[in-house]
Amino acid sequence: MKTSFDAIIIGGGILGVSTAYELAKAGMKNICVIERRYLASGSTGRCGGGFRQQWSTEANTRLAIRSVRRLEHIEEELGYKTEFFQGGYLILSHSAEETAQFEKNVAMQRRLGLDVKIVDRADAKKINPYLDVNQIECATWCPTDGHISPFLLTQAYANAARRLGAEIHLWTNVTGLMKKSNVFFVMTDKGITYETPILFNCAGSFSRTIGQMLNVEIPVDPYRHEILVTEPVEKLWNPMIIDFGIGLYARQEHSGGVVMGMGDPNEPVGTFVGSSMHFMFEMSRRFTLLFPKLGNLRIVRQWAGLYEMTADAQPVLGPVDEVENFYQANGFSGHGLMLAPAVSELLAEQVLKGKPSLPIDDLHVRRFRGKKEFHREKSVV
Amino acid sequence: MKIVCRCQDITEEEVIAAIRQGATTIDEIKRLVRAGMGPCQGRTCRRLVAQIISRELKKPVGEIYPPTFRPPNRPVPFKLIMAEYGEQLEAEKKAAEKAAEKAAKKAVTKKSAAKGGKKA
Repeated sequence: MKTSFDAIIIGGGILGVSTAYELAKAGMKNICVIERRYLASGSTGRCGGGFRQQWSTEANTRLAIRSVRRLEHIEEELGYKTEFFQGGYLILSHSAEETAQFEKNVAMQRRLGLDVKIVDRADAKKINPYLDVNQIECATWCPTDGHISPFLLTQAYANAARRLGAEIHLWTNVTGLMKKSNVFFVMTDKGITYETPILFNCAGSFSRTIGQMLNVEIPVDPYRHEILVTEPVEKLWNPMIIDFGIGLYARQEHSGGVVMGMGDPNEPVGTFVGSSMHFMFEMSRRFTLLFPKLGNLRIVRQWAGLYEMTADAQPVLGPVDEVENFYQANGFSGHGLMLAPAVSELLAEQVLKGKPSLPIDDLHVRRFRGKKEFHREKSVV
Repeated sequence: MKIVCRCQDITEEEVIAAIRQGATTIDEIKRLVRAGMGPCQGRTCRRLVAQIISRELKKPVGEIYPPTFRPPNRPVPFKLIMAEYGEQLEAEKKAAEKAAEKAAKKAVTKKSAAKGGKKA
């Protein structure tokens, strides 16, 4: 078995496999992805599956616009069906305060070239006939946002990366890291030690642990986010609905089930992904508040995943100052799937060409060093 | 053609195709072809899928990584959950009101006690 590679990526989520694919596509040989369990077994496989370009910070919006442009052609590029669907995103506002923030966001997003606008209650009703529009003040609408199957996209990238010669080692847990004269040694629970000159940390919620193995502080903390899905029903609506005020997102997936989740500000830090009755209650309350006609819809399953949060809710991306050739792509704060197509491409450019085509310096981990106050991304559920 | 998952109309061939793509667990098959994602949540197909994996990968069924079991046990409408949660919320509200009343009364008696003290 080969144990020496030109690049090793820790983490078999969407970021890991898409980075492997982009590196291989750019001509790198001998790439290996090391995954603790199976592909998309962490946050990727538990996420809501949406992709959107409506953000409150410029860095996120730029990345997201580029990502969606990639996603529009991803099925042809990777040769795999992914349930890609541009049904739009409708983001609801409840107060004058929120509307003022949305107006600012929309102005910034339009300046960056995004087709997005503020719609009134009547238009929101047209976009989603089941929504109780008396609850809202207005909404922002972007028709090129949408959703995709996280499992199929991960598999698509993994298959394409394998075709280009990358290896993916599953059920292999990284237990230790060491760097000696420009070579990283990656120790695993299989008893195998891998060697590589370039190492990527795409470990999602476990990125802090991986960083600690090389004595690099990666300020990423996992928080549980719960989510549920209903029985499949006929087409109700196309877009993903987001509500930051009530704290809810809901979309109808390709097969007909409605997937919805919510944020809970009282959730403690930790990697626990069990289910709670509190979530079932609270989610039902919030959902039936916004969609009173859908009270008879039946829930078939609830589950949970981890948001890998940073202090400003934006990712940690690129090299680190402490250790050379140790690259980060983590801390996506619940939005890794939708940013991955752009981020992985930029990361590959950074590594192979030295300079990415879109600057990612703002997302360097050094922004957290010795600082306590951050300009936080506001558009997070 | 043999149907494995009745909720989602998934055939044995589709499950085998997912195994050929590298899936080794019931959860991976579920995510790739949706076997077990329907209203019954894999009650019928879970074992069948395990058997197919076992046969294809020549591994005993006992060694196949088990899927996660999640609530609810059977499909439950939002309304039913809300009926129960509504009662709970109502009870909490009443308790909070009572506590507030008690606190208000206490404050009043304290005030009058303080006044009385001054007079004396």
